[in-house]
Amino acid sequence: MWAFIKRSEPLWLFVHSPAAIIAAILALTIICGAAFAPWIALNNPYDLASFSLMDGLLPPVWQEGGRAPFWLGTDDQGRDMISSILYGARLSLMIGLAAMAIATVLGVGLGLAAGYIGGRFDAVVMRIADVQLALPAILTALLIDGIARGVLPTDVQQEFRVVVLTLAIALSLWVNFARTARASTFVEMNKDYVQAAMIQGQHPLRVMFIHILPNILGPLLVIMTVDLASAILLEATLSFLGIGLPADSPSLGTLIRIGMQFLLSGEWWILWVPSIFLVLLVVSINILGDFLRDVFNPRLR
Amino acid sequence: MAYFILKRLVQSVFVMLAVAFLAFSLFRFVGDPVSQMTGVETSIEDQERLREDLGLNDPFVVQFARFTGDLVRGDFGFSYRTRQPVAEMIADRIPATLELGVVALLISLIVGIPAGVYTALRPRGALTQTILLTTLVGVSIPTFVIGILLIFLFGVQLGWFPTFGRGGTVQIGGWESSLFTLDGWRAILLPAVTLGVYQLTLTMRLVRAEMMEVLRSDYIRFATARGVPYRSLYYRHALSNTMIPVITIIGLQFGGVIAFSIVTESVFQWPGMGLLFLESIRFVDIPVMGVYLVVIAFFFVLVNLIVDLLYVAIDPRLRIRDLA
Repeated sequence: MWAFIKRSEPLWLFVHSPAAIIAAILALTIICGAAFAPWIALNNPYDLASFSLMDGLLPPVWQEGGRAPFWLGTDDQGRDMISSILYGARLSLMIGLAAMAIATVLGVGLGLAAGYIGGRFDAVVMRIADVQLALPAILTALLIDGIARGVLPTDVQQEFRVVVLTLAIALSLWVNFARTARASTFVEMNKDYVQAAMIQGQHPLRVMFIHILPNILGPLLVIMTVDLASAILLEATLSFLGIGLPADSPSLGTLIRIGMQFLLSGEWWILWVPSIFLVLLVVSINILGDFLRDVFNPRLR
Repeated sequence: MAYFILKRLVQSVFVMLAVAFLAFSLFRFVGDPVSQMTGVETSIEDQERLREDLGLNDPFVVQFARFTGDLVRGDFGFSYRTRQPVAEMIADRIPATLELGVVALLISLIVGIPAGVYTALRPRGALTQTILLTTLVGVSIPTFVIGILLIFLFGVQLGWFPTFGRGGTVQIGGWESSLFTLDGWRAILLPAVTLGVYQLTLTMRLVRAEMMEVLRSDYIRFATARGVPYRSLYYRHALSNTMIPVITIIGLQFGGVIAFSIVTESVFQWPGMGLLFLESIRFVDIPVMGVYLVVIAFFFVLVNLIVDLLYVAIDPRLRIRDLA
């Protein structure tokens, strides 16, 4: 098994692509840091007892006045910036991953079915996709959020903020999956193995998910990576606009929005540390997505 | 030709009807219009009378027809929040957003097309690699962070440009423009660059991909062999053939520009439609949300229609196919 992996083409390409290696290390570090935030963070931004006002507005250590455990400084409440970011990234990644997963299941399911069944079902799904493609993702997400605000009573809303946000993002990203899955399914449908499976009288669901799906995973994997980056960006943007998460559960976007208040004062780190962190996260995921695209599309090499 | 235009027009009307239906459903089913318009002290009978007066008890189709008729006549109803006519509120904001979008699009084209051509002609050059890496980073930086960065650098640190608002504006027949004062241009530059960066990278990548594809084609090889000068080869033969997909994407991008102007307008406190839409979402001001959707869709359909007509103008093959 190991010998097989060692000889495989993607691995060879990966080892010979410094950008992909750096991006992978960066992304993994951030994801691990976010996953283990409760154990490695200095204080918990949700727990008022874990930080003190006395440590407020400390600059990063390399600047005059910064001190040791607060490597990247603290905000006005005395929260350690690194801790806030780890907890923020935790929330952002959770929402991003969940939204991507929902979008994948929904999009791939509909796309596969549209490609397999064809006819009127295909036409309906694709018209919906066309209409939604005309509306940019951010507008769709804002709209869904706005509708949820109107439909749900206020007290329920606060509780389901994260769910609404995740669904809004997922519903604005599914189209890519559906279109790609459909196009690939069309190609696979004409191949002998699918025809054989159909002639054998296998159940359509079995043909779709056991036979076709594994063969169209490549391009879908690329979209999943790229869309994870989009989902994280969308969440950050919505939170920055003040539409996403409330200030008491700060995701990366919320942290940047709070940091905006310090734009004109000297405390640059409250704004720039989360911003740079968000950009690093998204850049590394996008570089990985680009790498995967090259792997699965040899024509571009 | 006439048939082609007619077909596109009919399609556009259907898209607009679909969007109008969406706006209507928003208005009708998200929250109760009557309870939005009345206070707690209004009696049940009065509420019922209002419901009857507004025609909310009529059949669904009748209500939708009336709604669409009102839209066509430009009667967009009243805002729940400010009690002003929505038409006025939106009309006040349209010039700001359109000017911002057009300037952003221009920036993205003026920089993006030459950069795309250059990176296609010299695929292995050092400058090309730098540009490509920069665009990858550029795509990954969220619009609002770019905006904050520009404000920080050019607004706060250097103090060259204002950090919010439109600057001096001039009234030209009901159109409040900031493009005729120096102050206005200084104010529009930062938001327009912020909004244009993403479109710029898209334009560049697309032009590059198309150029590389075309340069590989037989007719370019033949022209090279025949000794056509490079300048004429690249710009007359190659570039003009990449323009069809580029124009398509620009058309599609325009919707993106308008939508992303929501973010840019929020960062720069630019008094356009996007800012109005954000406020209306925050206050669940359904009429404004609905009309914003319809207006955006209208621009979108209009631009796409123009793009389709441009195709026919650019690509003679489309005209021939029509005759056959």
